[in-house]
Amino acid sequence: MISIFASETAATLPFPILTALILVPLVGSLLTLVSSQRRPEITKLIALLSSVLTGALGLWMLASFNTGEASYQFASKHQWISSWGIGWHVGVDGISLFLVVLTGILFPLVIVGCDPHHDEKRYLAWLLLLEAGVMGSFLSLDLFLFFLFFEIVLVPMYFLIGGWGYDQRIYAATKFFLYTMVGSAFMLVGIVTTALLAKKDLGHISFDLVEIAEGANFAASTGRWLFFAFAIAFAVKVPLFPLHTWLPDAHTQAPTGGSVILAGVLLKLGTYGLLRFGVYLFPEAALWSREIFLTLAVIGIIWGAIAATMQKDLKRLVAYSSVAHLGFIVLGTFAFTSEAVGGGVMQMINHGVSTGALFLLVGMIYERRHTRLISELKGLQKVAPIFAAAFMVVMLSSIGVPGLNGFVGEFLILIGTFNTARWWVVVAATGVILAALYLLWAYQRVFHGEPDEANSSFQELRLREGLVLLPFIGLIIFCGVYPKPMLDRIEPSVKLILERVEEKTGYLAPAPVLLEDEHGQEEEG
Amino acid sequence: MGDQVMQYPAIDWLAITPIIILLGGMMINLVIASLTRAWPRAWYAIATVELAVACVIVEMFLWHDVNTDGSRIIINNAISIDHFTLFCWIGIAVALALVSLSTSEYLRRESLDGPEVYALYICAALGAMIMSASNDMIVLFLGLETLSIALYVLAASHRRRAESQESGLKYFILGGFASAFFLYGIALIYGSTGTTSISGIGNVLSTEVFVKGDDAMLLAGIALLIVGLAFKVAVVPFHFWTPDVYQGAPTLVTAFMASVGKFAAFAALVRVVTVALPTRAEDWRPVVWVLAILSVVVGSVLAVVQTDVKRMLAYSSISHAGFMMIGIESIGHTGDVDGLPATVMYLMIYSVLVIGTFTVVSLVTRTGDASSEIGSFRGLGKERPALALAMTVFLLAQAGMPLTSGFIAKFGVIKAAATNHSYAVALVAMVASVIAALLYLRIMISMWLSDEEAGDEKREAIAIPVSAGFVVAVSAVFTLLVGVWPSWLIDASQAALQLAK
Repeated sequence: MISIFASETAATLPFPILTALILVPLVGSLLTLVSSQRRPEITKLIALLSSVLTGALGLWMLASFNTGEASYQFASKHQWISSWGIGWHVGVDGISLFLVVLTGILFPLVIVGCDPHHDEKRYLAWLLLLEAGVMGSFLSLDLFLFFLFFEIVLVPMYFLIGGWGYDQRIYAATKFFLYTMVGSAFMLVGIVTTALLAKKDLGHISFDLVEIAEGANFAASTGRWLFFAFAIAFAVKVPLFPLHTWLPDAHTQAPTGGSVILAGVLLKLGTYGLLRFGVYLFPEAALWSREIFLTLAVIGIIWGAIAATMQKDLKRLVAYSSVAHLGFIVLGTFAFTSEAVGGGVMQMINHGVSTGALFLLVGMIYERRHTRLISELKGLQKVAPIFAAAFMVVMLSSIGVPGLNGFVGEFLILIGTFNTARWWVVVAATGVILAALYLLWAYQRVFHGEPDEANSSFQELRLREGLVLLPFIGLIIFCGVYPKPMLDRIEPSVKLILERVEEKTGYLAPAPVLLEDEHGQEEEG
Repeated sequence: MGDQVMQYPAIDWLAITPIIILLGGMMINLVIASLTRAWPRAWYAIATVELAVACVIVEMFLWHDVNTDGSRIIINNAISIDHFTLFCWIGIAVALALVSLSTSEYLRRESLDGPEVYALYICAALGAMIMSASNDMIVLFLGLETLSIALYVLAASHRRRAESQESGLKYFILGGFASAFFLYGIALIYGSTGTTSISGIGNVLSTEVFVKGDDAMLLAGIALLIVGLAFKVAVVPFHFWTPDVYQGAPTLVTAFMASVGKFAAFAALVRVVTVALPTRAEDWRPVVWVLAILSVVVGSVLAVVQTDVKRMLAYSSISHAGFMMIGIESIGHTGDVDGLPATVMYLMIYSVLVIGTFTVVSLVTRTGDASSEIGSFRGLGKERPALALAMTVFLLAQAGMPLTSGFIAKFGVIKAAATNHSYAVALVAMVASVIAALLYLRIMISMWLSDEEAGDEKREAIAIPVSAGFVVAVSAVFTLLVGVWPSWLIDASQAALQLAK
């Protein structure tokens, strides 16, 4: 077998930057926890510094990332629980790269931009622990390690929703926790079984993703069982229809910061997992079950869009729009063409940016008006034009208007899927129209018209809020106008996965519809 | 057989030093304590802890001895000294030390201070140690009775609480039944194999071929034996005593039962099935399979609907016992090397975990063990954040969250099951553990997220005595340490695989 990971550490830095990405927020969380109760400003400073440091490390990693290389970079591998074949193996490739960077950027913004109102110290400690968990999940290349981080993420998120959320917070938090844990239960059994079955081919027990992927061959039926054990956990996390019902509750009840993180990076654990541990590890099973996933994705797109249209609560509307958007990502992932999968990876980032920003904006509306009901809001554009403009840009990005980031991802997904799953695309494309419907309609109701008495005192965007939103809007426009740097880094890794699918199954991905150097022209089309 | 002169077996005094230390220490403590005035402060507890610590030290040396000299069976085939025995002994001694420490202030809070409870703890630990080391059914039974009788008294030791008396009596009556089953099982097995030695039974069963249908007595014996031990480890459907006894007994006695009691009973079960009955695995494994599945499911489901924390934890201990039964089920597969280490590791981890948990419960239930309702945890996060944090660690560990010891324990068991292709049982157990997670979440919600209710401010403030605080801290540190760095415990539990035969 050809070793496709021959040069595992091509790009190197003088210190294990990926381990630092996980440890800095973890240490920050502990420091926050032990800091003095009487000096809240120091607590906040510690939290901010550690999250900014993490973000900076992430950007540094991005800058030193070797573009065009498909394999894992900055990898570091150490023995951990040697008798079980478990190691600390972290690495980053084009698929996880931007998710890590996005995580690094989102957390400091959330810490600056969202006010927990009470028990700030614990809030910050949980938030940083969450960051460490998310970072770890994206970076792990060991099944055990991945599961560990994937699961540990639940605890801080549970407490964030339960402790700082709105009226139904405990119900929503518990639902979130249990739903995800049921999925994880299957995945844990799947992980253990995968490692044990791979033992035969490897000669020793190992939970290392790369080792298993390279060395182990699963019988088709076994691979399918294992794939489904993994896929259930990820399908809950994405969330894929019909396992999505926890999401609207969790999103609506979570504090603004929690919602931003949940939409921004947490849901991506599901789509990322499907790609990394589903398609990559069990190509045969993934290909075999593609129609199921395509169908569920399309149902999710339409269902999410229709449900979003009918919502009275602005935050719930955004939550359902997430279900639809994540459907697109799954659609792309299971289309098995490099454009669609790459577009899916890009859409993970785009959705994180635009929906994260939407939640921030909805949070700001709630701070001012103490309601999120669309019917209570009216004519905000008159009293807060800059706020409305910011909302407009973010919303258009979410709809997928050309020139903004959402378009690039959705377009790539649709065009890439067209060749391999035409009829699914035909239905899914209506989801794009529906997105325009529910978002524009909501915008119209909230921002247009004459403000009534309660809304006429709506405060304009403050400087701090503006500064928090600026990076989001910057990313939305940059990625929309010039997505090439991003796609250049994503594509090699995506192609690698597809090559693996082709090698293992004999499936032949159709030739790319778009040539590589045409990416710049898509926006004009 | 000598006909005139009685033959005395050679006794390896060194190897049974831990037993002698506990036995001698208990008697000396009792004698001195009864001749002197009441000892001030925590001295009864300290004396007990010293004995336990001495035990642990000696056991460490013995571990080293076994490393170099190999395992052996001493005193005329009665006691096995191997890594498995020592692993259990260390676990039992550590549990004894921890429980004694946290009991110290508890007894004074309840005005029950005196040497008796500690003497009973030591006595029970002694029985537990004999049980886990015994290589003879009769010695095993003696250990079991020493443990059980001490536990009956301990359960009833809160003299002013009717619930405690009731729990002692219930435990006594039902425990008596179980002992009778167990003893009858021994008799039937003796009848069909002609020996009570555990390794002897193993030898006989591996050589003797039963003509088809001729092994009814043996099978009945095995069944009764499993019933007796299943009662002691509290697995469904032999669990009915557990909630009542756990709830009624003084909280720290409950901790002792759940740690030392489980340790001993599981150790005995493991030894019996691995040494005496490996050739009969096809007969007992399906039974254990059913017990395991029933326990994880029923334990988890019934735990969730309780409102009393001690009762919840009792049901959760049933579900944990179910997990350990999965390990035992794995032992029943030919050539298995994962089941036994997974089971003993689970025992060690759970025993520390449950002591930490119940210590917190004993502090939160306040004077008189009055209210172990879940509401008594309300606001703990505000009132005593450190205690609530430690409790959160324990609860997350019991739920099997990563980075805690509980995850390592569950992972080990699931891995053992998957190695033997028992995927169904692994899946059922994991899904049941999600149900059980709801219960731990409920306690956490109460601690951190519930709003205050009227009358809360009138409740007694929660005091954290130094000794109990120490126990909680040690247990929490152990829980996290094993979660992050489990290799040493895994290696130690794998060493336990070499049983003396």
